[in-house]
Amino acid sequence: MLSWTCPAPLRDRPRVVMGHGGGGALSAELVEQIFLPALGGTARAALTDSAAVELGGARLAFSTDSFVVRPLFFPGGSIGDLAVNGTVNDLAMSGARPAYLSCGVILEEGVELDTVVEVAAAIGAAARTAGVRVVTGDTKVVEAGHGDGVYLNTAGIGLIPPGVDLRPERVVPGDVVIVSGAIGLHGVAILSERENLRFGTDIESDCAALGGLVEAMLAVTPDLHVLRDPTRGGLAASLNEIAVGSGTGIVVRERSVPVPPPVASACAMLGLDPMYVANEGKLVAFVPREHAEAVLAAMRGHERGAEAVIIGEVVEEHPGMVVARTALGGTRVVDMPLGEQLPRIC
Amino acid sequence: MKYVDEFQDPDLAARLLDDIRAAVTRPWALMEVCGGQTHTIIRHGIDQLLPDEVELIHGPGCPVCVTPLEVIDKALEIASRPGVIFCSFGDMLRVPGTGRDLFQVRGAGGDVRVVYSPLDALRIARENPDREVVFFGIGFETTAPPNAMTVYQARKHDIRNFSLLVSHVRVPPAIEAVMQSPDCRVQGFLAAGHVCSVMGTREYPALAERYRVPIVVTGFEPLDILEGVRRTVRQLERGEHSVVNAYPRAVRDEGNPAARAMLDDVFEVTDRAWRGIGVIADSGWRLSERYRAYDAEHRFQVGDIATREPAECRSGEVLQGLLKPHECEAFGTTCTPRTPLGATMVSSEGACAAYFLYRRLDLPARPTAAAVPGPSLEDSTVG
Ligand code: SF4
Repeated sequence: MLSWTCPAPLRDRPRVVMGHGGGGALSAELVEQIFLPALGGTARAALTDSAAVELGGARLAFSTDSFVVRPLFFPGGSIGDLAVNGTVNDLAMSGARPAYLSCGVILEEGVELDTVVEVAAAIGAAARTAGVRVVTGDTKVVEAGHGDGVYLNTAGIGLIPPGVDLRPERVVPGDVVIVSGAIGLHGVAILSERENLRFGTDIESDCAALGGLVEAMLAVTPDLHVLRDPTRGGLAASLNEIAVGSGTGIVVRERSVPVPPPVASACAMLGLDPMYVANEGKLVAFVPREHAEAVLAAMRGHERGAEAVIIGEVVEEHPGMVVARTALGGTRVVDMPLGEQLPRIC
Repeated sequence: MKYVDEFQDPDLAARLLDDIRAAVTRPWALMEVCGGQTHTIIRHGIDQLLPDEVELIHGPGCPVCVTPLEVIDKALEIASRPGVIFCSFGDMLRVPGTGRDLFQVRGAGGDVRVVYSPLDALRIARENPDREVVFFGIGFETTAPPNAMTVYQARKHDIRNFSLLVSHVRVPPAIEAVMQSPDCRVQGFLAAGHVCSVMGTREYPALAERYRVPIVVTGFEPLDILEGVRRTVRQLERGEHSVVNAYPRAVRDEGNPAARAMLDDVFEVTDRAWRGIGVIADSGWRLSERYRAYDAEHRFQVGDIATREPAECRSGEVLQGLLKPHECEAFGTTCTPRTPLGATMVSSEGACAAYFLYRRLDLPARPTAAAVPGPSLEDSTVG
């Protein structure tokens, strides 16, 4: 029965593993090797969080996302906030102004109606804050034991303003890399709530809608090259996607990356790298050098970008790779995460 | 950012590096014992910053890497049984056993759970009295006391559906084994600070004396490593070989007596196999007679397990500092974190993983993972 001399590569595994949903290399492989061939598409564009499509002369951004978070409520947000903000942010990363959402709800038999009321209220409140309207929806119930209480799916559309064209292909050496604020908060908040870990201070998720911040940036110049919200897989995954998509190298100054002390110590304790931890209300922007200062100033003038900083730049060397300059002056590769990060042993 | 500033201060680092450069007059080979230290060294590029004369050799101190294949296979077997909840720290889940790993067991329906503390496993046992709950107790002197504590608690509270799959290892016998190897080039040791915070430093003077090597107790932050190197090099240059505690903020000479007492109560010293290295006398712990009922190996009768290591994996040599990861033929070609052949490519503290994750750019050119596919199912099937 046990007949392999060496372990099978993950991609040859006969069954789905958690890592296939982790937003890293395994997730990308699942889409590239199974879904894209089946759907007849090979375009890289289909892999991005939202698609830009033309319809009746208008350029629309179109996006969908599903939410299966445990627990349903956590410090700083809930599955309802995530479902709205996640899709709103995917649209905003195309430069679109998010407008309409759909919301699909899958409930597990036995969930208390009070919980459903709370989730629905959170969806409504988040949509109002983000300035979008939920215009269509659907509800299904699955048998007890077949779900984690509540699953949500949202899809959304928004209008891309003329002159805005955000794609990794537009990134060129010399571009400046900006993040909008502290990283790692969402992932650590979820972990601390789910596993009942306390890290000294309470850490709240940064879950928020970024449409307003993007508008403020585009008001400075429509010529942003690319935006990403570093959710699953964290900053490292987003930067790697852009390095690969643009065929350029990215250099990050590690000291400039804003990691709040509680996140740093939680990560140190668990052996996680903050660069790989999920965020839900942050973006990373690749901006032409000549506009960088002005865009940075505009970001800092917005409440969602008050702590924006330049963390690095795009270079010609090592195309397709992200390299960090360490605080001490050494360098290291920042790789694409494979699947989920695993807390270490000691 | 206090956390970063305190232990990664570039100015302090530069001063330490200057000191090391000023002290060095000829080549020295130092071994950092612990995989956590290896990780820090590679992640922060410390080996790039040290003068050429100082070579850091990576040691055997990655608990995940040295856990024998046989024990991993026992874990896989136990975790596959119906009625079992198998609890483990996260980084054991991807370690390849013979043909599969714990993730695959979970994918196939096994109840494998990641816990953050062994006491969580005990709680799960309490909450599931009709299931058998097994905790994968691996690691060095750092993880052994809390794991011992779970068994102590289980006995005290008469929780009978809990057991421990034990594969604990001890560092001093490993240092001894490294020194006894005929190919050994190590001239000084950076001892693992966490281990000493539990065990103290009493076990080291005899080793330092017998092999005439300086042993410097060293922490895990970049500045700790540089200070450890500085103290070791200074001794070597002077022809000294004593035990020095360069990590006093965490380590007392006597260690942690309460933790040691717990170890003495629950465990007894035994010979242990180290993956890729072989059996080292007195290098491990097993449950002592009084607690044998909590030993998962006895409870689940997993004695007759046939294991098979991939022949091309040279992690044993990597773990003994005889080979640098990229000198292995399989590195970055058939062996990557995605297609690991050995545990050293999987563990967050494994040297092969550290080189692959952080150092690919600086290593002599080889085909990358993307260019060379991993072994196909067919290649890897034997009769
Ligand atoms: S690179 Fe892979 S095959 Fe080679 S020693 Fe390391 S783990 Fe083993």
